[in-house]
Amino acid sequence: MNGLNMKFGWRDNFMDGLRPVRELENFSEINGVRAEIDAQGLKHKELNDLLFHLVKKGAREISIKNVFGQRYIGSRIFLPDAQDKVKIDVYNFPGNDLGVFLGGHYINVHGNAQDGVGNTMDSGQIVVHGRAGDVAAMSMRGGKVFIRDNVGYRTAIHMKEYKDKVPVLVIGGTAQDFFGEYMAGGKVILLGLNLKKDEYHKAHYIGTGMHGGVIYLRGNVEEHQLGKEVGVRQLDDSDWEVVTKYVKEYCGHFDVSEQEILAGKFQKLLPVSSRPYGNIYAY
Amino acid sequence: MYSHLLSEFTVQRMDDRCIRCQVCERQCPNEVHEYDKELDRMFTYEEKCVGCQRCVVMCPAKALFVRSHPSEYRMNASWTRDKFQNLKKQAETGGVVLTGSGNDKPYRIYWDHMVLNASQVTNPSIDPLREPMELKTFIGRKPDTLKINMDGDVPKVESELHPNITLKSPVLFSAMSYGAISYRAYKSLAMAAKEFGVMFNTGEGGLPVEMRKDYASNAIVQCASGRFGVDQDYLNSAAMIEIKIGQGAKPGIGGHLPGEKVAQHVAQTRMIPQGTDALSPAPQHDIYSIEDLSMLIYALKEATNYEKPVSVKIAAVHNVAAIASGIVRAGADVVAIDGIRGGTGAAPLATRDNVGIPLELALASVDRRLREEGIRSKCSILAAGGFRCSADVLKAIALGADAVYIGTAALVAMGCTLCQKCYTGKCAWGICTQNPYLVKRLNPEITSQRLVNLLKAWSHELKEMLGGMGINAIESIRGNREHLRGISLEEWELNVLGVKGAGE
Repeated sequence: MNGLNMKFGWRDNFMDGLRPVRELENFSEINGVRAEIDAQGLKHKELNDLLFHLVKKGAREISIKNVFGQRYIGSRIFLPDAQDKVKIDVYNFPGNDLGVFLGGHYINVHGNAQDGVGNTMDSGQIVVHGRAGDVAAMSMRGGKVFIRDNVGYRTAIHMKEYKDKVPVLVIGGTAQDFFGEYMAGGKVILLGLNLKKDEYHKAHYIGTGMHGGVIYLRGNVEEHQLGKEVGVRQLDDSDWEVVTKYVKEYCGHFDVSEQEILAGKFQKLLPVSSRPYGNIYAY
Repeated sequence: MYSHLLSEFTVQRMDDRCIRCQVCERQCPNEVHEYDKELDRMFTYEEKCVGCQRCVVMCPAKALFVRSHPSEYRMNASWTRDKFQNLKKQAETGGVVLTGSGNDKPYRIYWDHMVLNASQVTNPSIDPLREPMELKTFIGRKPDTLKINMDGDVPKVESELHPNITLKSPVLFSAMSYGAISYRAYKSLAMAAKEFGVMFNTGEGGLPVEMRKDYASNAIVQCASGRFGVDQDYLNSAAMIEIKIGQGAKPGIGGHLPGEKVAQHVAQTRMIPQGTDALSPAPQHDIYSIEDLSMLIYALKEATNYEKPVSVKIAAVHNVAAIASGIVRAGADVVAIDGIRGGTGAAPLATRDNVGIPLELALASVDRRLREEGIRSKCSILAAGGFRCSADVLKAIALGADAVYIGTAALVAMGCTLCQKCYTGKCAWGICTQNPYLVKRLNPEITSQRLVNLLKAWSHELKEMLGGMGINAIESIRGNREHLRGISLEEWELNVLGVKGAGE
């Protein structure tokens, strides 16, 4: 940084003052396939540099302690062998874009997550033992995300699917507005477990512009909370199969009662057309 | 079909030349020509004609002419024919009028109001046929200073260098997605870029897996609001990544690839179900601010191990210079600016013709702003939107661009005649369609050669013009406005462009 001829100065929060990996190794311990990182005081890139370095050294089960806002955890790990997967345990508070573009790895968050969990995620699994912020699972195209509590705004926007590559998002609590907007595919299950009896879900504009995929919604929602591209249906047998399967997985992660959840009232939200804006044009 | 509309074109057939071979009938996807066997006569439905001239050039007997329809409404400077026609279409459907290609309105084209310099007496011009002339261009962030240490006799660069891509000539193919254009058109661009040593841009429709081995090293891959086909392999295989915020033809709005065009292979490349609309929202929903943009820039850098330059493409709009400054400060290595004459596969006519500003003004003000702030070296500038010839390219580089994107020019090289019906999916030239019968009209081996020829011709012309100025490397003219003069421009226009009037 020499500041030559700089009118307003130049500061790169992200890249300035980074330490090389050999210095960062002091923050980690590796023992065969297991490794541990103490993330206290590491910058965003430093943590990911170190994480990728440990993976290259053979670590496949990595636990990261004292995470405090570091972004993009897990997204650097791109391994040539598609079967070669890494399991990451994140303690405390990961930063934005956790697992963005994630390619097949497992991330377990022991705490709350921030914005952009599983953003444009390709495959793998993210489990959050807490809540998640805005734009969770945006443009997700495969893999699974389980969030124990609530999610913020714009969740599952533009999720998509192709043939058997179908992303799954299960949320234990409720969601804020624009939930499932522009959805083009995928399965989203919103359980509303922390809502009081007869309390409505928080989200408005649910599924606006939705043109693919399905939302299974447990609990109450008023008609005006739904986008006009959404149709409401009862669950059929194959729907129950899907819901049961993923509720079971949810309960496995968070130790809650499956029967109680499945006893609730479910409805299925579907797009009324795969071409919602097909006839707004004059050709 | 609409009632109460005048035909746009008239089709004239010289019956003494016509041999009833029915080539025109087979070539026209709009069903303008029809042969009646009993009468042995060709019939013409000229109201369906879009003026693409396919039948005219294919007619072996040269029996056809397609020209503007002679019928006219009463002359009216305010109510022009297209205003009339579009209003009538809307009265009939209540729909948004769609169009394709770039803006055709007579906004001032500044390239035609700037002239280049040449050497006379005081310094010698250079003959590029006999002397070396460098067009090689590097795109990406440059170091502020270059520190070189001598290791004995061997010079060694000590400064940290940022990832750059290398172009043999400062011309790239602009973003045109697979889905909007046909596989063969898309592959032609890829093949030509590889052969000539430049880059093609995938647009936001993904990069088909089978093309990655051969062509990804010449691909700029886009990450746009639809995030179609974005995975780690797509990002890591490419030469550069571009975040698409806006497009010159339709600033501020997203895109709808209609379901008819989402055929099986397009669906697979985009990873969406076949036959559904591929909707690209207007904003990227994880980017509502410069800080959010920074987050995505670094997310892409993280996902590619900081090995690729990241570009951010925006449409040229009113405060473009301040926006570009924010983009560079957010960590982008390249800023791509697409002007009001940029093309599109489909856009609402109202947006295409009325939103945005001319590229020339935007480019000049971005380059100046970044230089004033001392951050011009931290990014490259790619200019896009309406380049028609090599002289436009050279003038853009003199106004501060590092290289230019060509879209429409590349399509024209492939056969396009700018009939502006890209959005119908019935391109008679096999470019902007997924109809297998029409797509076969392109042969990538031949089409890519036409594109290579275009790049070759333009590169040679660039060298000739540079040589005339006594300059032997393209980087010596970058931002060098002393070699430009304005003709019939107002004071304010000269000021924005930063050029002197001719004669000064």
